[in-house]
Amino acid sequence: MNTTLLTQSVAAQTETHQAVREASGLFSGTWLLIALPLLGAALLLLGGRRLDRTGHLVGCATVIASFVVAAVLFVAMLGEGSGERAFLIPLWEWFNAGGYEVEISLLLDQLSMAFVLLITGVGSLIHVYSIGYMEHDERRRRFFGYLNLFVAAMLLLVLASDFLVLFIGWEGVGLASYLLIGFWQHKPSAAVAAKKAFVVNRVGDMGMVLAVASMLVVFGSSSYAVVFAGTENAPVGWLNAIGLFLLLAACGKSAQFPLQSWLLDAMEGPTPVSALIHAATMVTAGVYLIVRSAAIFDLAPEARTAVVVVGAVTLLMGAIIGCAKDDIKKALAGSTMSQIGYMMLAAGLGPAGYAFAIFHLITHGFFKANLFLGAGSVMHGMNDEVDMRRFGALRAAMPVTFATFAIGYLAIIGIPPFAGFFSKDQIIEAAFAEGLVVGLCALLGAGITAFYMTRVMLMTFLGSKRWAEEAHPHESPRVMTWPLIALGALSVVGGAGLLYLGGGIVDWLEPVTGEEHHDLPVPLAVLMTSTLITVLAGAAVAWLLYGRRPVPEVAPRGNPLTVAARRDLYGDAVNEGLFMRPGQYLTRSLVYAESRGVDGTIVGAAKAVGGLSTRWRRWQTGFVRSYALTMLAGAGLVVIAMLLVRLP
Amino acid sequence: MIAPSIEYSALLPMIIVFGAGVVGVLVEAFVPRRFRHAVQVILALAALAAAFVQVVRLGGTEIIGAVGSVAIDGPALFLQGTVLVLAFISMFFFAERRIEAGGNAFAPAASSLPGSEEERVLVQQRALQTEIYPLSMLAVGGMMLFPAANDLLAMFVALEVLSLPLYILCGMARRRRLLSQEAAMKYFLLGAFASGFFIFGASFVYGFAGSLEFAEIDAALGARVGQEGLLLAGVGMMAVGLLFKIGAVPFHAWTPDVYQGAPTQVTAFMAACTKLAAFGAMMRLFYVGLGGIRTDWQPMLWAVAIATMVVGIVVALSQTDIKRMLAYSSIAHGGFILTAFVAVDELAIAAILFYLAAYGFVTLGAFAVVTLVRDAGGEATHLSKWAGLGRRSPLLAATFGLFLLALAGIPLTSGFVGKLTVFTAAFQGGAMPLVIVGVLVSAVAAFFYVRVIVLMFFSDPAPEGPTVAVPSVWTTAGIAVGAVATIVLGVLPGPLLDLAEQAALFIR
Repeated sequence: MNTTLLTQSVAAQTETHQAVREASGLFSGTWLLIALPLLGAALLLLGGRRLDRTGHLVGCATVIASFVVAAVLFVAMLGEGSGERAFLIPLWEWFNAGGYEVEISLLLDQLSMAFVLLITGVGSLIHVYSIGYMEHDERRRRFFGYLNLFVAAMLLLVLASDFLVLFIGWEGVGLASYLLIGFWQHKPSAAVAAKKAFVVNRVGDMGMVLAVASMLVVFGSSSYAVVFAGTENAPVGWLNAIGLFLLLAACGKSAQFPLQSWLLDAMEGPTPVSALIHAATMVTAGVYLIVRSAAIFDLAPEARTAVVVVGAVTLLMGAIIGCAKDDIKKALAGSTMSQIGYMMLAAGLGPAGYAFAIFHLITHGFFKANLFLGAGSVMHGMNDEVDMRRFGALRAAMPVTFATFAIGYLAIIGIPPFAGFFSKDQIIEAAFAEGLVVGLCALLGAGITAFYMTRVMLMTFLGSKRWAEEAHPHESPRVMTWPLIALGALSVVGGAGLLYLGGGIVDWLEPVTGEEHHDLPVPLAVLMTSTLITVLAGAAVAWLLYGRRPVPEVAPRGNPLTVAARRDLYGDAVNEGLFMRPGQYLTRSLVYAESRGVDGTIVGAAKAVGGLSTRWRRWQTGFVRSYALTMLAGAGLVVIAMLLVRLP
Repeated sequence: MIAPSIEYSALLPMIIVFGAGVVGVLVEAFVPRRFRHAVQVILALAALAAAFVQVVRLGGTEIIGAVGSVAIDGPALFLQGTVLVLAFISMFFFAERRIEAGGNAFAPAASSLPGSEEERVLVQQRALQTEIYPLSMLAVGGMMLFPAANDLLAMFVALEVLSLPLYILCGMARRRRLLSQEAAMKYFLLGAFASGFFIFGASFVYGFAGSLEFAEIDAALGARVGQEGLLLAGVGMMAVGLLFKIGAVPFHAWTPDVYQGAPTQVTAFMAACTKLAAFGAMMRLFYVGLGGIRTDWQPMLWAVAIATMVVGIVVALSQTDIKRMLAYSSIAHGGFILTAFVAVDELAIAAILFYLAAYGFVTLGAFAVVTLVRDAGGEATHLSKWAGLGRRSPLLAATFGLFLLALAGIPLTSGFVGKLTVFTAAFQGGAMPLVIVGVLVSAVAAFFYVRVIVLMFFSDPAPEGPTVAVPSVWTTAGIAVGAVATIVLGVLPGPLLDLAEQAALFIR
């Protein structure tokens, strides 16, 4: 990256840096956003069986209440001037040790507001949907408790004003994700998947810890205010290092290459969980982290390039994996990886892309939650079958699910005027402005997306019936279809609405992320048309393969690419070969070395202490006379010690 | 002769509590047996609450009253308030009547011989022990006077007033009465022995200074040359009396036996409140009266602090009884507080005040949990019985785990903040070696706290393990307050730390 671009973005930053005001009035109630779902989680998890029958209502009520608070705050924020919408809500001083001071305070600005609305809004819909989906589960109260816990942690993550506080939320959502992936713990596969997500996320968290530690070294603080104000005077090497650490953290949480392997397995969790956590909100936390740290990435060109590369690689990988999966949720999970890849790519483009990353993140939150909940509705009607080769022709049996799923489908492949068209198109444009290779990756990704999503659509809702014998597909109850309809509506109008309504999301975010206009190498119309053609071509190929021909009930062997994609492009094999086996070897040799060397010392020391303990214990004879004698001797020692001090 | 002027207003908290003790004795004599328990509980709680309100009202007062014998100042009020709160919660545990079928945790009549016909009849009649309430009121009064005592005689009187009721309370267990009475006897004998040292030392110091008041002792320190032997021997012997109450090594031997034998509710009360009162008194004596010769007593206390931490933790390692383990842990915590004690500055005072409050809540909660884990013989205190408790009663085990983590000083609990503040104070006071020992010992200590957690959650339950009694709202509320305080003081220690810092000034 050349220096002119650098200075430009610095200028963009300093120009757009809005002053953060101490919150007063309405805004000082921001803590309610987090407190409400947290209260719900506490009630549901500690309340015991008394809440078994009403727990789900409590769970929904707290999140909906939180959404209402969010909506009120949003309206109030609209009433403020464009550059005066950032509020700091100080809560308390957490600790102050050795010059390192951490204040627990919340930062409510345009960026966190967007997330708060997404989390509480989509979260509310998914809570309501879960009432129906989890109706027959005897641990439903606990499920809602975990969901509430997740919402609270996610809100803390996006409202934090300090990287360390963000980290608490970061770990909180990780915990909730772990608990919910393994919610059906009686299934070994679910338990293993939960553990895998946990372990892989630890790698990412290591990045987060390193990033915070580096910030302490460079800036002496981890609060946004200090860190972002200090970036201009910080050495570029450190900024790049911090950027790369943050990227590592983001990769873990957002399932980006090379830490992508856990997301596909995470589909073992109940489907509302997949929709809320592993599609709409938590997995996008990595993108949030990058965009929030814009001030660092703006001055760290190498780290930004790495973000772009990771995004581009993941968007293709995820799309290819999505093409080969027969499990409807795994196909959608591959798609999630791929779409988040788009967001990362956009975030890596700097001020030119931040707003579009968030834009796509929000529209994706709408249509992907819609698709997942649709898939859940299909599973609900098909005895929890997930193999698309056993679906087919469900259109008539589940009209509402079909209609909303189709809207989600059109939105994700980017057909105008559905939501995905606007957001994805912006990213592709920005990618072409950055460079031809990046642009082509984004364009190719759009084509593959159209292919695998058309495949999902055809195999599930169209074609011939390939149902299992005992299957009697039926439409889901209203409590599940209404959230689908709401999300379907958002998938239609969300894109155009966010882009154009009242200046649009780009203007809204501009004070936080900065803005930079790019020059396209080709005219806009040409680019748009070629995107649409690519999308239609992808869909057409899928139709040729899956629409015209009958779908076999057993998967054919397929070409090498299909086989590789089915096995997640050997992600697990690479992990096992590169890390697990050498890791096991290393641990084994370390264990050997440790048991001989280190352990010997420690066990020896422990034995010595233990021996001392048993010996000293014998002093405790139980006889008052010996206790009194000890005291007398002790008193003698004390008096002698007092007298001795004066002697010399 | 002019009658001495007494500042009744400043002494009101103590007067209320002592008064409640006296009225409680009258209640024993005149109120019919049926109503006695309810009346006593209400009287005790009301007195403690009223006294607490008075303490709050007095906030910021600095008076030396009662003809120079009592000082009401920041540390005194802070400790009085804390004692009142902790005693208030202790009364919840005393009032628990659901765990023991047909009574509370105390023998129906302490005077009946264990195993005698009289005892059997009383148990059959479901007679209820109510003398515990006036006794504990008198003890609480003593504990409030102890840190406020501003001359040697008042301090000695307070020491005896708080000790005597405790000796009796220790011998009143309903179950395992012989063990309980043995504990009371030991505590009494050794306590009397230690008090003897204290008063003997006090007479030496009086002989040196010619006065009992701390301010005048302080003034005499530099003025009289050539009689230091008398002074130093006296200070050493008084230290023995106070260190005994704290349970510092080598005057700790009573602690495990008494903590184990006493009714667990009394152990909780005693462990939380006595330590607090004794540290308060010790601070006033050594800081106000003997601050001028700190270089003489600091080396001795260094040695005691190290011995206390090391012996407490090391012996705790091989304990198999949960109450004994907690007893040794309490010894070690006394050692941690002593590290800050030798620093002698305002930071140290604030750190000690905070630590005592934080430790009090944790201890109350932990011992209260012990009262709930029971088998046919009463409380199941052997560690092996606690195996797998987390599977049977996850909430109870998790609560106990929280208290253990706090005792181990894990972040986000009050124990961490407490340890951090005392070690910081010790470090800034130049007691670096003490901090190093303290941190090393804490690492060892974490082992046996975590071992219990592992035992509870990761071992298979014993086939005929204990049951967890379902307590009434009293014990539940007490444990809940302890747990909430442990978390709140860990996450949000600021307000209490600020309060302790504001209170950290002794009036001279």
